[in-house]
Amino acid sequence: MTQSSVDVPAKGGFSFDLCKRNNMLIEKGLKAPSFLKTGTTIVGLIFKDGVILGADTRATEGPIVADKNCEKIHYMAPNIYCCGAGTAADTEAVTDMVSSQLRLHRYQTGRDSRVITALTLLKKHLFSYQGHVSAALVLGGVDITGPHLHTIYPHGSTDTLPFATMGSGSLAAMSVFEAKYKEGLTRDEGIKLVAEAICSGIFNDLGSGSNVDICVITKGNKEYLRNYMEPNPRTYVSSKGYSFTKKTEILRTKITPLMERVEITEVGEAMEE
Amino acid sequence: MTFTIPIDNGDAVKNAEADSQRTLYPYVTGTSIVAIKYKDGVLMASDMGGSYGSTLRYKNIERVKAIGKHSLLGASGEISDFQEILRYLDELVLNDNMWDDGNSFGPKEVHNYLTRVMYNRRNKFNPLWNTLVLGGVKNGESYLGMVSMIGVSFEDNHVATGFGNHLARPILRDEWRADLSFEEGVKLLEKCMRVLLYRDRSAINKLQIAKITEEGVTVSQPYSLKTFWEFQAFHNPTAGAQGSW
Repeated sequence: MTQSSVDVPAKGGFSFDLCKRNNMLIEKGLKAPSFLKTGTTIVGLIFKDGVILGADTRATEGPIVADKNCEKIHYMAPNIYCCGAGTAADTEAVTDMVSSQLRLHRYQTGRDSRVITALTLLKKHLFSYQGHVSAALVLGGVDITGPHLHTIYPHGSTDTLPFATMGSGSLAAMSVFEAKYKEGLTRDEGIKLVAEAICSGIFNDLGSGSNVDICVITKGNKEYLRNYMEPNPRTYVSSKGYSFTKKTEILRTKITPLMERVEITEVGEAMEE
Repeated sequence: MTFTIPIDNGDAVKNAEADSQRTLYPYVTGTSIVAIKYKDGVLMASDMGGSYGSTLRYKNIERVKAIGKHSLLGASGEISDFQEILRYLDELVLNDNMWDDGNSFGPKEVHNYLTRVMYNRRNKFNPLWNTLVLGGVKNGESYLGMVSMIGVSFEDNHVATGFGNHLARPILRDEWRADLSFEEGVKLLEKCMRVLLYRDRSAINKLQIAKITEEGVTVSQPYSLKTFWEFQAFHNPTAGAQGSW
């Protein structure tokens, strides 16, 4: 009797095959590679007509600021946006993936996406990876059932809240929200409160900094206010631009434009694709 | 900190004995203290809870005490170490009074003494597991400072310990002014304590606010803050999403 072993393909979810080997390597002294984390302040709140999301713009790699002005508010659907904290690659990849899934779903159903759809897709994915996909998200949007705001943790648990904060600056931002949030805020009050909470994170948390991004979503309309506030401008900028030291005499000035117009004339037949 | 691994039973017994002589972890702990300088002196707020791990064991602990005529000491962390520190300071003030020279310890002196005590204990790997807040007024000058369990010490216009650092400091940095009146100062402290009550699991709704001015120390009676839980979203969080939570 021949023995045939069939490799059953993995059905999805976390595969524990390499855990024993990884533990053995760590015991032998191997250091796991470090990640680019966003070390962030992200917030969301529900106001009278919809949802306002806010985020800072600093991406850190350990103690160094890797990106001074990154975008942490990701597009999910025309009426749904998602802020991401944690490992930058994870938040980017997971929001992109669910955004594509939502679009396909919209084509199939012919209806606008709902926030709980995005919520369920995200939490299913994150849970199946048992927290190893390090993405902590604040998901907000307005759909046919009204405005919704959710937080999603890396292990896959979710909360539905009137106001939420995530990231390393979440305590600083939450203290502002707990002190000042009221129901039925107007658009301007809401934006002001979100900007205040993000600034509290920017100035009191070392992992957050640079500028404030805001996204306002209402029924049928969204406004993405990139760099709504820039409370950390460069301190010393010379107004004269670059100038040579006194002893240098300028003999000749030549300015070369970087983009050149190139005219292409099709010779012979068009290329075969 | 490196610990030697016992290679035979004799060593294990010796290490266990040595370990039992020093503080390795706290047992009964107090949570945050928040303090600010205001127009006439210093205000300090704390709640009255003593937690035993995740149990709320004691609900009537005064974590703010007057020291001499000019200072106020608040402590978070291990309660027994706080009581030990009070004993040290008692002895200190007693000896000072015995000189009977009309001089008395001001907050700067007490702060310096505490810094030395905390740092020297830390150097012996046997810390007093507290973060102390020292406030006071002497000769018209207000003083507010902090010492941690590893001996880090500094002065500032507003200080907070533990969770207060993350939740109360941002509010204080935004809203503190040098010319706060007593009522405004109390309102500001209550704002911070309310946020801590919502977001710190070891905080309880029973707080005391202590005031120190040139005239002396007053510690308020314990009272509770009003909290608000009636947000629409909390009533029916899954209104638009049946089955989620």
